[in-house]
Amino acid sequence: MQFDWMKIPYSLLTLFIVVNYGFLLGALIQKMGARAGRRYGIPIWQNYVDMLKNYSMRSSITHGAMFYLGPVFRLSGGVGLLLFVPTIYGSYMFSNLSFAGDLILALYFVFFGTLGMALGAGESGHPHAAIGITRGLSQVSTAELPFALAVFSVALQYQTLSVTDIVAAQQGGMMNWTLFTNPLAVAAAMLAFLGTMMRPPFDVVVAPQEIPIGPPTEYHSSYLAMMQTNRAIFPIAKIVIYMNLFFGGADSWPVFFFKVFLIYLWSAFVGVVFPRFRVEQSIRWFLIWAVPLGILSIVLV
Amino acid sequence: MKEELKIRVVKGPDGVEFEVEPLRDYYCEAAPTVMPGAYIKIVEDMFNWARSESIWILGFGTGCGAIEMRPLMTPRFDAYRYGVQWRPTPRQANLFVISGYLSTKTLKRAIRAYEQMQSPKYVIGLGSCTINGGMYWDSYNTIKRLDDYLPVDLYIAGCMPRPEALLAGFMDMKKLIRAGRGEGANLYAENFEWYKANQKRVIHDWDMPDYNW
Repeated sequence: MQFDWMKIPYSLLTLFIVVNYGFLLGALIQKMGARAGRRYGIPIWQNYVDMLKNYSMRSSITHGAMFYLGPVFRLSGGVGLLLFVPTIYGSYMFSNLSFAGDLILALYFVFFGTLGMALGAGESGHPHAAIGITRGLSQVSTAELPFALAVFSVALQYQTLSVTDIVAAQQGGMMNWTLFTNPLAVAAAMLAFLGTMMRPPFDVVVAPQEIPIGPPTEYHSSYLAMMQTNRAIFPIAKIVIYMNLFFGGADSWPVFFFKVFLIYLWSAFVGVVFPRFRVEQSIRWFLIWAVPLGILSIVLV
Repeated sequence: MKEELKIRVVKGPDGVEFEVEPLRDYYCEAAPTVMPGAYIKIVEDMFNWARSESIWILGFGTGCGAIEMRPLMTPRFDAYRYGVQWRPTPRQANLFVISGYLSTKTLKRAIRAYEQMQSPKYVIGLGSCTINGGMYWDSYNTIKRLDDYLPVDLYIAGCMPRPEALLAGFMDMKKLIRAGRGEGANLYAENFEWYKANQKRVIHDWDMPDYNW
């Protein structure tokens, strides 16, 4: 197979656009949450300043090799997820490094960062981090379950494991989207989406008011800045998968920005309306409401 | 010294016995060092700007003044719009607000929290108790001058200052940081012996290493 070297700078360009969009969108969503609480909210560029501040910290301490690697794994999870999925359908420049069967890889990358984070935060030795990891992993695992079911359902429906092929099958009008051809799978996946976005009602893991801030308790300075960068990339990368699988993908950047914004808004909307779940409540919620939907969608396909 | 801080022999799950020396094993003993800023001035200026626009406060209410910080998080005053945020862990915070009187018992915790923060870090003394003891001027178990124990960058006077005064204080703090004068961490490192001597004078049950981050 001939590798196309030109893909590398193009992928980096995608990454650059997504990082900036992620920072701005993250701040915008935070601002909307603040407005819902009658606050003014942070400035739209606050996330950039925070990141620069964290990179500029003069001292940083380490707890060992995995403590270093935790944020690296997390960031590579986000970047990998983004790079192996076509961002813009039908565009040579922004199809990134996607290949046949990349759906399985994407599923893996969704979980990769969480696992890396668990190892890194575990080595920090802080009890809050350990409790945060236990909570986080159990919650994210249950939230991934309906998503995995939905993905299998979609893969069965289109008889392919290539994201590009799945997007291609949804072209030609809104009624061809998986949203309308397989609504149960989309419903299960969208419920799972809430659980992995780390927003209320499922943000007990990283909420500052709970076991203080959970896994990243010990992370600071440039470690934290790296994780902030990932916080910009990862949600967007995940939304790109959702958009490609369920909402017909995007064939240009404006469509991309619009769809990603709307999908992100779904989690923000639920977040400002509903109060926070405890971990066992959210696990029960996923198992009762989301998993049966996923199973049903597979059965019906 | 407390029981749990004494040297003891522990049997591991695999049956191997080993000695645990909590003060040495659980804490780091390296003294703080002076950390210079970036070599190029324009870079340091940019960093100082970023530091001033992104102030993360350690959410550790030490005295009655902590109650004045709560309104800043809510719609009435909303300090978030000025880049001021509260972080739940000292590792991620830059600004330590000592909110009111400090009993010697709390001082011990405040010192530990301060030393766990990463450089550059700033301290704001909130209320007159941190300046001269305030209404606790003749109390036997509160400290009178915070500046003797931690390097204070800024005082906000009053008993208690209103949230508006706190906001004004944050704005002044921003000016200090931007002017490159928020060097409390280096001051602490330079005069480390002096600060430690002062701290040990009032904390009688000193059961931690001299520097614990």
